[in-house]
Amino acid sequence: MATTHIDASPGLPFIDMTREFAAPRELVYRAHTEPDLLAQWIGPRRLTTEVVRFDVRDGGAWRYVQHDTDGSEYGFHGVFHGDPSPDRIVQTFEFDGAPGHVSLDELTLDEHDGRTTVRVHSVFQSVEARDAMVAAGMEGGVEEGYKRLDELITQTLAPAR
Amino acid sequence: MTDQLSTVFGALADPTRRAILARLMDGDRTVAELNAPFAVSQPAISRHLKVLEEAGLISRRRRATARLSHLEAEPLRGATEWLAAYRRFWTESHERLDELLQRLLQEDQ
Repeated sequence: MATTHIDASPGLPFIDMTREFAAPRELVYRAHTEPDLLAQWIGPRRLTTEVVRFDVRDGGAWRYVQHDTDGSEYGFHGVFHGDPSPDRIVQTFEFDGAPGHVSLDELTLDEHDGRTTVRVHSVFQSVEARDAMVAAGMEGGVEEGYKRLDELITQTLAPAR
Repeated sequence: MTDQLSTVFGALADPTRRAILARLMDGDRTVAELNAPFAVSQPAISRHLKVLEEAGLISRRRRATARLSHLEAEPLRGATEWLAAYRRFWTESHERLDELLQRLLQEDQ
């Protein structure tokens, strides 16, 4: 049974995620880059994902909106950097509700014996930005997370120095 | 809970405060004892202790004329669980991706 490994070291603005899939690399790549396939798996089951744009090329923009059962909507967007390939996808990631708070994601796919290991290395603008993102869980509470980020920055920079 | 978590992260964001917590793992300490290894003034240490106390990471009590700081582990446990929601998001996504990939493989055959 494959498990998703997530590593977020204290004090470093990175998140590293690893997961193995019982499928060839080409297919895993398609599931990450074809809008109708991506919409079928990204996010928890209760969210419905609508892929608005997915221009998989150097400088191409992507955008999807996730609809929650309570009517809430969460939009995410970014840009691909370098031509995406089954070797490597590099893209920015930004939540609509927090413009200017951007992470850079590098996704690599390695195939061995018909199985594919996906590794995602995410780089955030600060440790606080990463912590707010992670604490929010990406699940509905992202906006709340960024509110928390403002509090965190205030608390971190203000007193006691 | 949400606010407490951000207060805990704010308190943990400072290296001096993390060092203070690490020293308290060995047992309760007075302000003077905590001040010793740091190149900062005693009032600065007291301010750090106030931040830690407000985050619930330490409690303080008097012994004679000294004030002892005591490490409180409970909020740290909350902070170590901070990955839980993020992990849920991706674990469930990847389970769905597993199912999708198996469907696609069967269609190919």
